[in-house]
Amino acid sequence: MKKIVYLDNAATTAVRKEVLDEMEVYFRKEYANPASKYRFASAPFAAVSEARTQVAEAIGAASMEEIYFTAGGSESDNWAIQGVCSAAGEGHIITTAFEHHALMNTCKSLEKKGFSVTFLKPSAKGYIDPKAVEDAIRPDTVIISVMYANNEIGTVQPIAEIGAIARKHRITFHTDAVQAAGHIPVDVVGMNADLLSLSAHKFYGPKGVGAMYIKKGTKISPLIFGGMQEFNKRAGTHNVSGIVGLGKALELACEEMEEERERITGLRDKLINGILNNIPHAKLNGGLEPRLPGNVNISFRFIESEAILNLLDFKGICASSGSACNSDSLEASHVLLAIGMSHEEANGTIRFSLGRYNTEEDIGFLLESLPPVVEKLRAMSPLYEDFIKSRTL
Amino acid sequence: MYSDKVMDHIENPRNVGEIADAAGVGTVGNAKCGDIMRIYLDIRDGVIMDAKFKTFGCGAAIATSSIATEMVIGKTVQEALSITNRAVMEALDGLPPVKIHCSCLAEEALRAALWDYAQRNGLVIEGLEAPKAEEE
Repeated sequence: MKKIVYLDNAATTAVRKEVLDEMEVYFRKEYANPASKYRFASAPFAAVSEARTQVAEAIGAASMEEIYFTAGGSESDNWAIQGVCSAAGEGHIITTAFEHHALMNTCKSLEKKGFSVTFLKPSAKGYIDPKAVEDAIRPDTVIISVMYANNEIGTVQPIAEIGAIARKHRITFHTDAVQAAGHIPVDVVGMNADLLSLSAHKFYGPKGVGAMYIKKGTKISPLIFGGMQEFNKRAGTHNVSGIVGLGKALELACEEMEEERERITGLRDKLINGILNNIPHAKLNGGLEPRLPGNVNISFRFIESEAILNLLDFKGICASSGSACNSDSLEASHVLLAIGMSHEEANGTIRFSLGRYNTEEDIGFLLESLPPVVEKLRAMSPLYEDFIKSRTL
Repeated sequence: MYSDKVMDHIENPRNVGEIADAAGVGTVGNAKCGDIMRIYLDIRDGVIMDAKFKTFGCGAAIATSSIATEMVIGKTVQEALSITNRAVMEALDGLPPVKIHCSCLAEEALRAALWDYAQRNGLVIEGLEAPKAEEE
């Protein structure tokens, strides 16, 4: 197989060598269950504790006992919403119309169980207005959940302001930081978060492991019942190697964050400008500032995204049309519709997400490969044909 | 994932283009659902001499319209009616379940072009009905 140019780092990332090296020992050598009480279990127990400390430090938590390991971002999001609503019994949820499906579909399922939900619309640039959050608050609001950074268009939300509003009204505040953690600074105290979700495989850790920050005193029921793991709040034998990988990956990502942010933002802007300057009828979706360092989301008029992806795939380029979790759906992206795009525009959208292994060369290759792909598809598009004819009339 | 045949038609679509004085043109689908297909037919003495297509849509939409044009060239109008969505799918070695509608659209585009030809020439073709009105 020829070289792969991987530009889908928001879908998942490769595990870093240093991370894998630390994980390996817990598969065959130190395989004991950290909950066991013999001395053979002390190494895995210590490893889980160390990872907990690494995560607490990375996100500014006051104590490592506020970090709970889960099976990933989707579980953390489900837990945050279902756990708070289950503890409250009834009430009102405030969230946004462009959350990840893990969050949005959890809220929709609670809607069927009698909770009411306000889905706030983002602006055309992809930002939530803190004032709109405050206006949506009702006496029975039990949780406010606004994502830190959007997974499709990369816009970074004014989380600290929204958190301050939630705190002022004494409402539990959750943020889905799955796309943000390890890429931009996360400070749970500064952003007034009570709950925060993150997932290891988005920052060069392993798949199938995530974490949730739960501020001390937050009223939340367990989602997974069973044994007494995770301070009796999340049952299930610890995924020790995964947890070790998460801790190490997040620590490394934070150490290198400033430098990587600058480098990847540079690549991102080069790619955005390269596309917009060379391909007509292309448009960047989502505001440029503040935006995730690696996110490029562009609509190409008159053509359809899957066909673009197929032709890029022939050249070894991996990208996506939005969220990988929804790639089998034929529906237009709810994120793009939420920022006011038409179905036609939304259907012609590609997300390129850059990461630590991408180089100037990758961007150059994409900028060289993309224009002929778009041209080829436009040449076979009846919409483009009609557009050209309408212009020459 | 798609079959090798589908991938081949996506990478090298056959008969892309327009026919200037086509005997029949059919356009089906809409941008909202994500697929629009337009098929042009050159018909002489009841035989389809040439076919071209333009498609806005996913890889499967391109592949189904591409192979439909290949299948229809050389056939009589009556024979062309036997090109069903199933025949299109079989010719492509199958499609993923969520993409079956693309083969239906290819059949509809073909029939819409034949209907256009029949209308222009005042012909009644057995088994051919007017295309369904487009949903907006």
